[in-house]
Amino acid sequence: MSETKNADTAVDTTALAASGMIGSGQEGGVLDQARAYIQRVRGGDMGVLPAVAGFVVLCILFAVLSPYFMTDRNFANLLTQAASYVMLAMALVFVILLGEIDLSAGVTAGVAMSIFVVLSNPGGIAMNWILALILSLLTGVAIGAFIGFFVARVGIPSFVVTLGLFLGFQGLQLLIIGTGGLYRIQQPEILAIQNNNLPVWGGWLMLAVMLLISGGTAVLDRRRRVRAGVPNRTVVLVWIKLGVILVIGGLFVALLNQNRGQVNYLAGKVVGGNVIEGVPIVVPITLAILWAGTFMLDRTRFGRYLYAIGGNPEAARRAGIKVVGIKWAAFGICSTLAVVSGFFTASQIGSVDASFGRDIVLFGVAAAVVGGVSLFGGRGRLIHGAVGALVIAVITNGLGLLNLGGGVNYLVTGGVLILAATVDAVSRVRGGGSLTR
Amino acid sequence: MDEPIIELSDIKKSFGPVSVLKGVSLKAYPGKITALVGDNGAGKSTLIKGLAGVQPYDSGVVNFNGTPVHLTNPREASALGIEVVYQDLALCDNLDIVQNMFLGREETSFGTFDEGEMERQASETLQSLSVRTVKSVRQRVSSLSGGQRQTVAIARSVLKSAKVVILDEPTAALGVAQTEQVLNLVKRLADQGVAVIMISHNLVDVFQVADYISVLYLGQMVAEIQTKDTTSDDVVGYITGSKTYTGVSA
Ligand SMILES: Nc1ncnc2c1ncn2[C@@H]1O[C@H](COP(=O)(O)OP(=O)(O)O)[C@@H](O)[C@H]1O
Ligand SMILES: [Mg+2]
Repeated sequence: MSETKNADTAVDTTALAASGMIGSGQEGGVLDQARAYIQRVRGGDMGVLPAVAGFVVLCILFAVLSPYFMTDRNFANLLTQAASYVMLAMALVFVILLGEIDLSAGVTAGVAMSIFVVLSNPGGIAMNWILALILSLLTGVAIGAFIGFFVARVGIPSFVVTLGLFLGFQGLQLLIIGTGGLYRIQQPEILAIQNNNLPVWGGWLMLAVMLLISGGTAVLDRRRRVRAGVPNRTVVLVWIKLGVILVIGGLFVALLNQNRGQVNYLAGKVVGGNVIEGVPIVVPITLAILWAGTFMLDRTRFGRYLYAIGGNPEAARRAGIKVVGIKWAAFGICSTLAVVSGFFTASQIGSVDASFGRDIVLFGVAAAVVGGVSLFGGRGRLIHGAVGALVIAVITNGLGLLNLGGGVNYLVTGGVLILAATVDAVSRVRGGGSLTR
Repeated sequence: MDEPIIELSDIKKSFGPVSVLKGVSLKAYPGKITALVGDNGAGKSTLIKGLAGVQPYDSGVVNFNGTPVHLTNPREASALGIEVVYQDLALCDNLDIVQNMFLGREETSFGTFDEGEMERQASETLQSLSVRTVKSVRQRVSSLSGGQRQTVAIARSVLKSAKVVILDEPTAALGVAQTEQVLNLVKRLADQGVAVIMISHNLVDVFQVADYISVLYLGQMVAEIQTKDTTSDDVVGYITGSKTYTGVSA
């Protein structure tokens, strides 16, 4: 790493240098910002870009290959299929940022869902479903604390602890549910997560809330910076961001608000059918958790320390950060969100059996990596996990429409994973980093 | 002469059967640079880790401004205004300069970060140290050169008006130009009234900036001298044990 290289990756701040003030990369107009962004990308800091590109390419590919892909109904299907992966990938990001892993996240969801169905099933204990839901989420918290204890306190590698739990929890699930057992989900509220939709106005309200939150935080942030006397990025960027949310979000809501139900025709006239329209309920739930988690990671001590520990645990310790506590909390959040992902899956397939959650975890890890989260820790965001999960889900969805089932699906998903990791590694080496971090 | 802000006496520390510090004394004065020299394994890092609260001493007295203090964790040392810049740089590559400088002591309002405030303070601190090599305080540390990293680490140590800054071999990994930059930075720290303790292997550096030189030899402080009263040859003698200091203690 040489001085000259830094000179040309930095933003042009010659005007500031004259005043003795050190820049912050916020100066200049839209073009300066765009240039700085391109330089960051070329410097190996590609973020979610490759995953978004991959998603778009796959969508175009499947749209060309299958007439069903670009339909309203498939679009909604894709989102509901992706939801469990998205939630699981976001859960895993919390521990992957630490440079840890949770191989038991899937079966953690399995155990918690087994407990949920056994407790809430009308033919059995018939506990109030809300109470059962809280208890199964608490199961997630407890499992996370259990993992955190062995990883952070005892000092066993998380790979080993969670591999042990991956095996053990499959047994626990069998014991709770019984060999060959299968519980149908009977609570309409749980089934509604994946199978019911917001009313048409609800989708627009959701979009309005998103715009409000995004615009509101931008205004507050800018006010704080003004108060501190440091420059703000040009306000045009705020409008661009809001514009992007408005256009993409608007398209998204408009598409989902189309009636995608069955319409029966007789002699050219509509004679019946069913109406299915609106944004699936799982979407606002996922967006809310994505927003809350991102807020925590970007703007609170907990989040900052998570990144610091992932980047250099010894530096974090010397800075006075309570590393054990932070690790503990991260595993707790991961397991709890994994249970949320379990609810999404259960809602979608309508049942819980003894193998529930066994196969999903590696897809979650793959999604995070495809999205651009570094398994070495310290790099990545929740949105990366979410977009990576969409890529994984679109592969399954598209290949399914082409009648290319299991075998091809696994091969393609694996290939995409390795491709994503390669893009990441190569871009970082080109950016002057090393292959190991 | 000024009163020392830090005065260690009869400091002892062992690791199991190995006695590393055998009753060491050390003084540091506001606005002065005290160089701590000694051969590999003499116990220099161990001595300053105790001052940082990272690795408490077994016994001995630490006087801070004339009052005895107990330093058992980094926060206590930090609260007194004692900051350490470690040999192996304690920065997070994946965070930017501001984030590193404020790590563990972020400015918040309503429970969330006040990034603007942190950015301003970071920028002002770098300016007060006349740092010119850093282009943007929002650069990731991974994109910085060794000298720039050392600069950030030192700036981090003075951010919260430190009274004592301890530098463990701040120039060990640097080239000539960058060493010069960092030594200038060290002088500016002292000019601001900070008591600086600098561990170094390089006697040229030491004679260039230090006001006092303390020599550690096999876990014992064998000389505490004013730089102007000694020569490089003498100091080499004390470090290697081939010469015994006979003068009056500084
Ligand atoms: N944590 C430790 N455990 C055991 N021995 C240690 C430890 N830290 C330092 N030592 C020993 O103490 C001696 C002094 O080490 P150190 O203070 O690092 O020396 P210096 O910084 O002067 O080169 C060395 O012999 C080293 O091996
Ligand atoms: Mg040392």
